[in-house]
Amino acid sequence: MLAYIARRLWQIIPTMLGVILLIFFLFSVVGGDPAYLLAGKISNPEQIANIRKQLGIDEPYWMQLLIFIKQVVTFDFGSSWSTNEVVSQIFATRLPASLMIGIPLLILETIIAITIALAVAYVRGSFTDRAAMVTCTMAQSVSILVYIIVFQYVLAYKWGLFPVQGWGNGFFENLFKFAALPILIALVVSLAPNIRLYRTFLLDEVNQDYVRTARAKGLSENRVMFVHVLRNASIPIITNLMIQLPGLLVGLFLIERFFSVPGIGREVILAVERSDFPVIKAVTVYVALATMLANLAADLLYKAVDPRVELK
Amino acid sequence: MNAVTANQVQMNIERSPGLWSLAWKRLLGDKVAVVSMVVVIFFLLLSLASLVGLIAKDWNKEVAVNYAPPTLFKDSHKPSADLKAGAVDAGPAVDGAAERVPLVNERDPLREVINELKTQLGQPTVATADSGLKIVDPLADVMTELRKQLGRTGDGSAKVVEEKRLDFLPFGADKWGRDVLSKVIQGSETSILVGFAAAIVATIFGTLLGALAGYFGGKTDDALNWFYSIFSSIPYILLVLAIAAVLNKKGVLTVVLILGFTGWTSIFRLVRAEYMKHKARDYVRAANAIGASHTRRMFVHIFPNISHVVLVQLSLHVVLFIKSEVILSFLGFGVPVDTVSWGSMLNESQNELILGYWWQLAAATAFMAVLVTAFSLFTDALRDALDPKLK
Repeated sequence: MLAYIARRLWQIIPTMLGVILLIFFLFSVVGGDPAYLLAGKISNPEQIANIRKQLGIDEPYWMQLLIFIKQVVTFDFGSSWSTNEVVSQIFATRLPASLMIGIPLLILETIIAITIALAVAYVRGSFTDRAAMVTCTMAQSVSILVYIIVFQYVLAYKWGLFPVQGWGNGFFENLFKFAALPILIALVVSLAPNIRLYRTFLLDEVNQDYVRTARAKGLSENRVMFVHVLRNASIPIITNLMIQLPGLLVGLFLIERFFSVPGIGREVILAVERSDFPVIKAVTVYVALATMLANLAADLLYKAVDPRVELK
Repeated sequence: MNAVTANQVQMNIERSPGLWSLAWKRLLGDKVAVVSMVVVIFFLLLSLASLVGLIAKDWNKEVAVNYAPPTLFKDSHKPSADLKAGAVDAGPAVDGAAERVPLVNERDPLREVINELKTQLGQPTVATADSGLKIVDPLADVMTELRKQLGRTGDGSAKVVEEKRLDFLPFGADKWGRDVLSKVIQGSETSILVGFAAAIVATIFGTLLGALAGYFGGKTDDALNWFYSIFSSIPYILLVLAIAAVLNKKGVLTVVLILGFTGWTSIFRLVRAEYMKHKARDYVRAANAIGASHTRRMFVHIFPNISHVVLVQLSLHVVLFIKSEVILSFLGFGVPVDTVSWGSMLNESQNELILGYWWQLAAATAFMAVLVTAFSLFTDALRDALDPKLK
């Protein structure tokens, strides 16, 4: 087991190097000299010279690449080109808000999506099943933007059930007041595709022989569905959850932007708008790392839910 | 002599139906598939007609008052309804003759000022240097209006007559009095064009790399897999935003390239698996035996046998890229400002909704939802038709 984890971690290194190369290629080779970008933003020429020196613009490319690798390894990306805030500080202060929306969302969404998927898979082929699937397809084809605009307008602006936007200081104030509507919207948007997906996973299982055996030996329907079927369908479900995990950091960027939530996602959009390269580079590299670690975690979880899985 | 008989014999043997004709038959037997196909084709024709300039050519022209509410006929254009919606109307309609009356003559400059102030009170958030000027000098608006009139009539009265007011406005008008229906058709053209072009780029790129990796295996496969793992480990939307930030150049082509070169990963994965499966099959070895080159084996022999997988992926990615383009354009990283897309329409409608003008939002949402639903259903049907084993 430990050997497996060590080997997988070892395998992350070449991919990570590739990600660094790609980001370097994009921002340093394609992006070119930041002096042109910064000319209109930073009036102080000394500061620009400083940034150029930090990036090693006058050095050859391989030297610049080494500087970039050093930045990644030491978590030191310098400071933002727009706000002069240290990039690691931006991460530390923006992460809690993103997690405040992301974690409750993931928990609620998983529970609700699995329950509904189990219900429709149980009555597969019936009118309820088909109606649910048609609803999901239609719900999916409306842009997330429309959900946000309409929900924000009706629930917050018109009816005043939630604050239109903003973020507070207290934990509970944020969770129940400011995060409630963003979570609700994200839930509505993500339920439809997930219910459809989980339903197909569950349908692969409900016709298997072991389900008939479980029924034949007199188990209750609840036990058959929730224990036997669900456990067997859990591997693809876990994969899907783990794929969503790194997206939590950035995936909610539209919602964060609309509701002025000071999270990582909004920071990314702001950075793109301001051509604030250090922030974008840092977010991309670390989210890629998080994705690879999440994939590893998913593989380890497979073993936990299904002992037959062999880690090789 | 011999050749003739051989031909005759061949004519007599009934050809067995191929994959495509079988799939086509299955597709036609599926009611949902036929309906969704008709809708998709309708949208394609719509955007094609708009592309060559048959319809919605004049989307940029002022054809009605600002924020005119949706109307189907002149009769339903009641002043009370207009006031409620906050729109400015020049008064009750004059018989049926109002059809080609020049806009400027219908306007009463004083009323304009009053209404302008009214709307300003209704929307205190919009505070530009221009409106500040109006508050200081209430006649500024009249003056500019008069100046505009003089300028227009000075130019030649023919131009004034051209600006007719449309009576048929099923989706109302926008901030500049432009017909939202024309606008949404123009937006469909952009979004569908970007969706298809990006999907084609991604499919070609993914298929090419997937074919190389799956067919050659070994070192090539390792290298391309490494390349794939880089792209797949960065969340799609983040990569798109990062590239948009670097390019910092708006344009339809830029959007197509960004989406195309980031969205190829799943196609690569599938095509690679298919090539691995096919490369050891007898027909490929037979092709090898008769001296077919690698390129020939890859693209003439194997490719037709996996083209159905590629086609389904292409169809899937069109929907994906249309959705992505809408989000990119909404954020302002997509198509340039002078191009309409569903995303830029949604962006405008965000502020309009608070003022009570819902029609632009409704138009963009409805068009996009109908196309995406139809396209998704069509893709599902296409997959079922091409690969009946999956069912």
